Amino acid sequence: MEEVSKSKEPGSVFQDSLVSIGRILVSVSIPLIAFLVLWGGFLFLRDSRAHQGVIAVVAILWGVGGVALLFFMADWFVNRFPMQIAKKLQPFVFVGPALVVLGWYLFLPTVRSLYLSFFDAMSREFVGLDNYIFAFTDPKMLESFRNNLLWIVLGTGGAVGFGLLVALLTDRSRFEKLFKSLVFLPMAISFVGAGVIWRFVYAFRPAGEAQIGLLNAVVSFFGADPQAWFTLRPWNNIFLIIILVWLQTGYAMVIISASLKGIPSSIIEAGRIDGASETRIIRSIIIPHIYGTLVTVATTIVIISLKIFDIVFTMTNGNFGTEVIASMQYKQMFRFYHYGRGSAIAMILVIAVIPVMWYNLRQFKKREVF
Amino acid sequence: MKKVVCLVLILLITGISFAAAGQRGEAVEERVVNLFGPFVDEEARRFEEAIRPFEQETGIQVRYEGSGDFETLISVRVEGGNPPDIAALPQPGLMKNFAEQGYLVPMWDSLQETVDSNYAEVWKELGSFEGVPYGVFHRVNAKSFVWYPKKAWENAGYEIPATWDELEELMDEMVANGHTPWAVGMESAGATGWVGTDWIEDIMLRTAGPELYDQWVDNEIPFTHPAVKEAFEILGDIWLNPDYIYGGTSMILTTSYTDSPNALFADPPRAMMHRQGNFVTSFLPQHIQDNLEEEVGVFPLPAIDEQYGIPILGGGDQFVVFNDNPDVREFMEFLATWESGELWAKAGGALFPYVNQDLDAYPNEIERSLAEALVNAEVFRFDASDLMPGPVGAGSFWTGMVDWVGGTDLNRVLENIERGWP
Amino acid sequence: MSLETRKKAKWKMIINLILLVIVVIWTLPTMGLLISSVRPQSEVLSTGWWTVFSEGTDFTADNYRQVLGGREYTFVDSEGRTVRASGDNMSQAFLNSLTVTIPSVVIPILIAAAAAFAFAWLVFPGRKVFFTLVIALLVVPLQIALIPILRDYMALGLTGTYLAIWLAHTGFGLPLATYLLYNYISTIPRDIFESAFLDGAKQMTVFTRLVMPLSVPAIASLAIFQFLWVWNDLLVALVFLGGTADVAVLTQRLANMVGSRGQDWHLLTAGAFITMVIPLTVFFGLQRYFVRGLMAGSVKG
Repeated sequence: MEEVSKSKEPGSVFQDSLVSIGRILVSVSIPLIAFLVLWGGFLFLRDSRAHQGVIAVVAILWGVGGVALLFFMADWFVNRFPMQIAKKLQPFVFVGPALVVLGWYLFLPTVRSLYLSFFDAMSREFVGLDNYIFAFTDPKMLESFRNNLLWIVLGTGGAVGFGLLVALLTDRSRFEKLFKSLVFLPMAISFVGAGVIWRFVYAFRPAGEAQIGLLNAVVSFFGADPQAWFTLRPWNNIFLIIILVWLQTGYAMVIISASLKGIPSSIIEAGRIDGASETRIIRSIIIPHIYGTLVTVATTIVIISLKIFDIVFTMTNGNFGTEVIASMQYKQMFRFYHYGRGSAIAMILVIAVIPVMWYNLRQFKKREVF
Repeated sequence: MKKVVCLVLILLITGISFAAAGQRGEAVEERVVNLFGPFVDEEARRFEEAIRPFEQETGIQVRYEGSGDFETLISVRVEGGNPPDIAALPQPGLMKNFAEQGYLVPMWDSLQETVDSNYAEVWKELGSFEGVPYGVFHRVNAKSFVWYPKKAWENAGYEIPATWDELEELMDEMVANGHTPWAVGMESAGATGWVGTDWIEDIMLRTAGPELYDQWVDNEIPFTHPAVKEAFEILGDIWLNPDYIYGGTSMILTTSYTDSPNALFADPPRAMMHRQGNFVTSFLPQHIQDNLEEEVGVFPLPAIDEQYGIPILGGGDQFVVFNDNPDVREFMEFLATWESGELWAKAGGALFPYVNQDLDAYPNEIERSLAEALVNAEVFRFDASDLMPGPVGAGSFWTGMVDWVGGTDLNRVLENIERGWP
Repeated sequence: MSLETRKKAKWKMIINLILLVIVVIWTLPTMGLLISSVRPQSEVLSTGWWTVFSEGTDFTADNYRQVLGGREYTFVDSEGRTVRASGDNMSQAFLNSLTVTIPSVVIPILIAAAAAFAFAWLVFPGRKVFFTLVIALLVVPLQIALIPILRDYMALGLTGTYLAIWLAHTGFGLPLATYLLYNYISTIPRDIFESAFLDGAKQMTVFTRLVMPLSVPAIASLAIFQFLWVWNDLLVALVFLGGTADVAVLTQRLANMVGSRGQDWHLLTAGAFITMVIPLTVFFGLQRYFVRGLMAGSVKG
């Protein structure tokens, strides 16, 4: 913050006013220019017929530069205020944009969903809790609750477990980069591709015919009859969950690995020098250090399991007892055109995540902040 | 220093932006009609070629956008306020939904006249809601046909059955020869089950007749009605008999409907018959498609009860209007005429309902005979599951078929389907 | 070799062996796809892909050719001639995908990093409530947001613009991004901040000069995930950007290529591999940021 020197000389009053006017002009014009620049860029992108490559480059520059620009503008603006006020406003420079975006894109639509969940199919008549009663009594919904629980337990356990295992092992291996890349590979495959891949694994041909599915080939090699895996209740859920674990282990591995790298090597070395065994080191030093990360990864995969849709929808369409909540929600909204029930089911997902929220909040409250 | 760099950058970007924004001024006077539909790829291309004469003659550009995610997108776009000018809806139920909420533009007089003169009455009814017509049919499909590998049949000396009894005898003959009569595949990702509903509908038409069929569609008779149950039992005599179906029920449940016909043309053929709509030709192996008339034979699914004869079951996309303007109107008028379908018919894989069409346009005898059967059908009915409301037609009926093939008791299945009715 | 080194070597071998087993199991399904993508359509459906090892096969690049160069179609043109022509190639779609993806990755990361920093280290009213909200929003299915957002866009005239889809991807990706970055930023040792604030540094400076560089591994991971998600996304692009040829993204072109009824999935196998190339390149490129010890040294600074 600059200091304004207070002089008692006569000409300095004029100087002071000049400085003040200058400050105001600067305060206004810089955001104004920034705004004009962004607006011009926006118009260009929307209406111009320049070559695609040019548009692409301008788009990327403008989009990314624009955000950075806005941040600096906001920060600069806040710092114009006196120290006390500035200090209170500062955090909102950081958290503000996120809140605004989240509010518009996710929070408001959720509130709207909540509202719609009390109305009928076409959102005309108020029906109170009818949609929720449906959601909690319909047999397919009950089946979904059971299945999603299975997904949460097995899916999260599997992905986090394998992710941790691979992260720990590759950390000590010479071929770290190669192994990590190969385990990560499934994530890079679009879901459509993954669907085809696993069709090839679970495909069924009658006994006596050449098998084209990997699993059935192995099974018939050992003399058993090939199976239509997806139709076998309740194991079919597990076959589907395996696909999720296959996909998400790479994700867990990457995050846990990054966290592992953050453990100061000095601490681990100290443990080794003290003569502790590897497993002891893992249990007492490493795991506590990355505990927060494990919670984070587990939280996100639990939520993925709650929301699981693509795998179930395209592989079995929820048939043979594999139905899940998100698939029911989709069908209600886009097939049966029942916005009331679709919204209610979406709300149930939000309710279902409360335990997770509670646990994370506990960790959150323990932090000492500035 | 950094501040200077920043400032320079800002000025640069400003300069570019304003210069480029100035280019905006070339807004060309374009007449564009935006179309949105569920078919993509080769079918979309053939559609575009078929309507090109219209574009050339009128100077109106028709932009077709197709998507496999049509089901999700159309609702989002319409409710979100961004509907296409015209959309091709695959189910009448969808049309009714939009019509009820007031999103659709009803047929204007001149269009109604064109439709009245070019189509059989039934097509206008199918495109109507509460007596007001909205939808114009273009490409349609006919479903009640059985396809077979010609060469294999010749070798074995099989003959086309004219009645259901003959069909049953044929199936037993095939089994005795060590052949498997049917290849059936129901798997269809998020839509699994519709193949089964097609079979049931065909059988219902042949055993219960069109009037009862209509009552069934409108839920005036429930799914638990004896006529419906009988249709399931007749189907069960075939589908649930492992000797009659290649791979048994496991195969039915896990084979994609696009893969299933391949069984007919394997070496040796794994099955001798496949019941499917005319669009099956596009799933056949390429070398079979190239020699369609020599390799493939087709006959209509025989009558069961003589009094009902051989009705034709079919479906199709109807074009509806969301945004009314003169260009859109002109295009819709064109769609209601044979000219708009001719080039697609010639390319193959598409049937059209126009009463005044030129049957010789179809590229082979097979499609010609199917088109003829469709146009001349004494009894034609639209696919029931497409007519029923979503929770049943795209919901409990589909999953009910899967459950039943999977072994669930028939009575329970029928009750579950019935319960889905809103 | 001393006993120590031999024991170490034995452990290394065991570790590598276990990893090898895991990796083989993980890659087996994908390998099946790769091999299938170079086999002719007829074989893919009749014999297992592993038979190429014992019986060989007609390896063909035809699937790739069709996907890259554009599907071959036959149709009848307005003169009545039967034409066999290629569809459009993928370069336009590729460029579109890039234009959509890059800002959709950078923008959310910037915004999320700032917010994560605030949640982790700054005090402000509503901190707990907002954080809870972020987690709650993780579970919201984005389908319920499509219709209201589309309505808003229509009112603002944003539909069909790149800005529209960047903001949408930002919105949908922010909960996860904020949550992940919060987790990482909160593990930065407290002393670093104390010394910085003691030295009189402003919050923005602390953010740009300290937090961002230190968070590089987390930002790199997040960048990969967000890139993957946006690159492979289909639905959001279709709703806000559209599917017409000039703006369609890669996933859209591929999805449409498998035919109206999904029958051409031998093309899908090739297509899946082609779309995989870019995300993998990004992954390899960002690998070097996963480096140990970035934070270890800074306490002494």
